[in-house]
Amino acid sequence: MSSPATVWVPRDSAANSVGAGTVASLIRLEAETRGLGVVIKRNGSRGAYWLEPLVEVETETGRTAFGPVTPEDVPSLFEAGFPGADTDHPLALGPTEKIEWFAGQRRLTFGRCGLIDPLDLADYQAHGGLAGLKRAIEIGPEAIIEAVTESGLRGRGGAGFPTGVKWKTVAEQPAGDKYVACNADEGDSGTFADRMIMEGDPFALIEGMAIAGLSVGADTGFIYLRSEYPDALDVLQKAIAALEAAGWLGDDVGGTGKRFDVHIRRGAGAYICGEESSMLESIEGRRGEVRAKPPIPAIAGLFGKPTVVNNVLSLASVPVILEKGAATYNELGTGRSRGTQPFQLAGNVSRGGLLELPFGITIRELIEGFGGGTRSGRPFRAAQIGGPLGAWVDAEMLDLPMDYETLDANQALLGHGGVVVFDDSVDMAEMARFAFEFCALESCGKCTPCRIGSQRGVEAMERLIAGGDRAENLRAVEELCELLTETSLCAMGGLTPMPVKSAMRLFPEDFDRRNAS
Amino acid sequence: MAEATTHADPIAAICERHGNEPSALIEILHDLQGLRGCIREADLAPIARALNISRAEVWGTVSFYHDFRRQPAGRCHVKLCRAESCQALGAIALIEKTCANHGIELGGTSADGVTIEAVYCLGDCALSPAALVNDRLVGRLDETRLEKAIEEASS
Repeated sequence: MSSPATVWVPRDSAANSVGAGTVASLIRLEAETRGLGVVIKRNGSRGAYWLEPLVEVETETGRTAFGPVTPEDVPSLFEAGFPGADTDHPLALGPTEKIEWFAGQRRLTFGRCGLIDPLDLADYQAHGGLAGLKRAIEIGPEAIIEAVTESGLRGRGGAGFPTGVKWKTVAEQPAGDKYVACNADEGDSGTFADRMIMEGDPFALIEGMAIAGLSVGADTGFIYLRSEYPDALDVLQKAIAALEAAGWLGDDVGGTGKRFDVHIRRGAGAYICGEESSMLESIEGRRGEVRAKPPIPAIAGLFGKPTVVNNVLSLASVPVILEKGAATYNELGTGRSRGTQPFQLAGNVSRGGLLELPFGITIRELIEGFGGGTRSGRPFRAAQIGGPLGAWVDAEMLDLPMDYETLDANQALLGHGGVVVFDDSVDMAEMARFAFEFCALESCGKCTPCRIGSQRGVEAMERLIAGGDRAENLRAVEELCELLTETSLCAMGGLTPMPVKSAMRLFPEDFDRRNAS
Repeated sequence: MAEATTHADPIAAICERHGNEPSALIEILHDLQGLRGCIREADLAPIARALNISRAEVWGTVSFYHDFRRQPAGRCHVKLCRAESCQALGAIALIEKTCANHGIELGGTSADGVTIEAVYCLGDCALSPAALVNDRLVGRLDETRLEKAIEEASS
């Protein structure tokens, strides 16, 4: 008997949502029945969800892929010679790295995600893990912040604020209690990058938090994790325990004599808690009502102390920046949008998933190139970029490059990098109504424009859709949008007009319901 | 939460496990709901006592978050995503059909113990439409796949 073949089947919750767990069990059973030696390893997802469950076999020249493998496909795979890599099975995709989807990417933040066993610390280190933290310990706080600043990294949660500047502000506060708070309340529809990294490369996030802690003088970190991600919770808990046991968290981080602990706090199904001040309230155990700014969290954040608040992707990008150098990161991208962005392609698209690419790729290259157009096969009509508070784009706008400045100049925003595709069956007036409805459902209630204005928006849109007075209702919606934009306390109310107004501007025909009744 | 049930007072045990720390209130509520399926009005006072905060503060937090229930869900708890990505692939029609199949309104519980609720994004957007069925994520849903998942979770 030859040495056992190593077979990788993702443990990622989305891969499991289409049967990866069952496929892994069936491969084990089938191999046993046939007396074949197989070692099954569970990796994160590589992000090509259209190919999930994506099964890979280790060969001397790298991994060979099969996908999408359903439980029903397993017997026929073995019939065709699996786990031998040279089969003519219709699901055989050849060497994984050569699949166009992967070959066209530039993976830094997601460099390990989908390659390693997420909880194998030795595997993590063999793929560059902890090199960033070791470098950080070597160069010290000031040089860490300098490197993060030079890399050009900006807040990947959506606001795009320069990460280095934020860290510097916290570092400059008088010594004492300080915190690192990681925002893992990934609530935007069409985004799943945070979940993927937490399930597929959790050490990278925690390593990034430890580096942040060292640089600003904080000894405690919190991960605020949405309750919709039970698998990520399980992986993160185990990852924290593994790093504590290995001396990379706890009383003496990597022999520095400095302490850094990481705690997880679960959310409880409130979208608003992705807003940073609302998140801080929630970590403190209270209602997630937003705080008025100033003061900014960097000066008075968690428990009133200076706090670095960063998104999962921002923190998880820091180790690779320190490992490979700020210049490697900074030379990618366009204009003031430096480095790479994990774009997430979702909704009605043929090949959905996560693509890490330098800023500057056009919307068309994403949707038509990587994405292969709509899944339904019907004509493309609209895409919403940057989550439920992001703007709609139409077919005319597809050649715009994806970067912070270009989207901003075109009355849109990048947000957390999600792109949700719709075909020509979408009713854009209904989507505008939904934007108000979502705001009404998820408003924290602290400021009146958001709490009441969103409800009035739902009512005006309902009247309009039902064929009520068009001019009157459109005017009401316009006025509400202005009110929300100008007077809301935070981005929830402030940006709800984004999807509403862009839908009205780009698809006015959908707002003409004179024949509705 | 096996350790909590062996304690004479499960609420005190849960609070103690979190160091009676007021900032852990949401964690405490999650643990209690995991044990009993919901948060009851009678639970507020003992939590408030253990954390040395007011009953109003506990209620404020309980009532703010969508996750916390006043009554337990059915044997099969279906959380169907109704956010944009799932809408792009027919989630609204799927929700309506599923509710009709089980003879309930959205948010209700059927006689045979199926609770159907709407949620907003489960992070499975590249494999929409998606749902959580008793905490198991299922994607690429259509009526057949969803009903099969409900049947498996109910049995």
